[in-house]
Amino acid sequence: METASYASLRGHERSRRIASASGSAPTSIAATLLTLLFDGIAYGMLLFVLAVGLAVTLGLMNFINLAHGAFAMAGGYITVLLMNRAGVPFVACLPLAFIGTALLGALLERTLYRPMYARPHLDQVLFSIGLVFMAVTAVDYVVGSMQQNITLPPWLQGRLPIEAVGIGKYRLFIIVICSALTVLLQWVLSRTRFGSRLRAAVDDPRVAGGLGLDVNRIFLLTFAVGSGLAGLGGALGAEVLGLDPTFPLKFMIYFLIVVSVGGTTTITGPLVAALLLGIADVAGKYYVPTLGAFIVYCLMIAILTLRPQGLFARAGSR
Amino acid sequence: MTGSDEALSPAARSLLRAGRWRWWELALFAALPLAWLLLPRQSLLINEIAIVALFAVSLDLILGYAGIVSLGHAAFFGFGAYAAAIFAKDTLADPLVGLAVAIGASALLGAATSLLILRGTDLTRLMVTLGVASVLYELANKLDTLTGGADGLRGVVMGPLVTPFGAFEFDLSGRVGCAYSLAVLAVALLVARRIVHSPFGISLQALRDNRLRAASIGLAVRRRLVAVYTIAAAVAGAAGALLAQTSGFASLDVFDFHRSAEVLLVLVIGGTGYLYGGVFGAIVFQLLHDVVSAWTPQYWNFWLGLFLVVLVLVGRERFVRPWTWFRRGRR
Repeated sequence: METASYASLRGHERSRRIASASGSAPTSIAATLLTLLFDGIAYGMLLFVLAVGLAVTLGLMNFINLAHGAFAMAGGYITVLLMNRAGVPFVACLPLAFIGTALLGALLERTLYRPMYARPHLDQVLFSIGLVFMAVTAVDYVVGSMQQNITLPPWLQGRLPIEAVGIGKYRLFIIVICSALTVLLQWVLSRTRFGSRLRAAVDDPRVAGGLGLDVNRIFLLTFAVGSGLAGLGGALGAEVLGLDPTFPLKFMIYFLIVVSVGGTTTITGPLVAALLLGIADVAGKYYVPTLGAFIVYCLMIAILTLRPQGLFARAGSR
Repeated sequence: MTGSDEALSPAARSLLRAGRWRWWELALFAALPLAWLLLPRQSLLINEIAIVALFAVSLDLILGYAGIVSLGHAAFFGFGAYAAAIFAKDTLADPLVGLAVAIGASALLGAATSLLILRGTDLTRLMVTLGVASVLYELANKLDTLTGGADGLRGVVMGPLVTPFGAFEFDLSGRVGCAYSLAVLAVALLVARRIVHSPFGISLQALRDNRLRAASIGLAVRRRLVAVYTIAAAVAGAAGALLAQTSGFASLDVFDFHRSAEVLLVLVIGGTGYLYGGVFGAIVFQLLHDVVSAWTPQYWNFWLGLFLVVLVLVGRERFVRPWTWFRRGRR
């Protein structure tokens, strides 16, 4: 009870990390703004990759998975352990984190999650909270409760040699990778055969099944990829967000904000929501650090009260 | 009585029958003072159970009767706790007045936030309730002149409990606190029982089962949701106030996500939608907590999580009926 709390979202440490990681203090106000914007975008892209799997699970299977953060944590710990104990280079860890988490996701989907799809939301909530508690304590038991650190390779440390704006190399790396992933995802969903099958299953699983699509396999594959992306996000974010066993609880509300504010019917909705959240969070914590995550929560409540289906939902969707 | 029964329609008669006192309800109410009399050494534990039970009963009002899934019910619990603690510290140390103030404050908060949960899907409501609890957590954390911030509000000294039988000081062994909590629980259960068997309570169940249909037979759905949410918030606030008053302490922990998750679990263990689920759930949960914590204090959460997962996978209905485990059949 005493371990995890919303308080862990306290802005101070993280905003300091975020602000300082971009290097020495830029001089002018415009430069500060640009740096904040840049860091916010990097943070937002990271949140998007972390949460996009959740958007698909919620939109596709109408399943409320509060344990999504546990997969992100798994990816983070795979990276940390591989780097620190086996000496695998950072860049090689990223695909391994993706694959490892995707396999874990596939295994859990097949064994535990599938019977949950048809259950009421209350059951899903309880089930996934249970998974979160187990994941948090299990990691605490196996690895320990301390904050994990990773050492980035030298070419990702420091910032670009541009005087006016502080652009951290690692932030840029995150933005490049996450943008590429976003484009890839969008392409897969809109242009490939798998994408059209997935969209058919989103719209009506029963009819899609009646047309001969193996809906279960589509679900399995999608869940695995979504978990894998979360794992990749966790690996990328270990340095930025911090990694300790309470990670799934700390960031649960952030992932849920991305999905519920963005809406679950498109991929652009969560992307925009994640970017907004990233920028608002970074800027808010830089300018009014005393308020912490307060502004973000209030904004979320206001948006959801005015637009309960999210900012970018199609009319008549679930 | 029987004469007037004959004149009623079968539906009205079945509703009346549902509102009648059962033997086990009477036994439960009789057990409350008996627990206090017969187990004097367990007063602190019984006090805790009574508080958790009251909290879970309040959640049952919105979850079991109105079908609102909330992940932030601790908002009202914590608000009541802080209201009672701050009132006792700054204004008046009388526990009963403090309880009334805490109930009033939580009810106001409930009425205000009930407007936020009227629209949207289950997910939206989950997020909004979770968000309200998080906002209050942040507020309590930041307003440290008022709430003590992360250190909590220490040094709350309660005055004596003034009753018709005399004035009682809260003691270290928790005898008075325990009796106080049990009495509040009993009163709250009686009030809640009256509410859920009233036409209002029955209309709540109608809108839980099918909101559209309830609206189309002319029920004012929104007004009823606001009303029940406010009542539930008031009861949760009472539970929080009891915690703050009997422990003389309020900390950020009362707003924590764990609180909201645990009360859901407590209610689900006991069963939703028949009012006493919270009481039975609280007994099972606290005893389990005591046993497991004594054995592995640090990793209690793991077993809690495992218990949740198994409970949901097996299904609560089957879980509490072991004789159906090996029967092949409908499911």
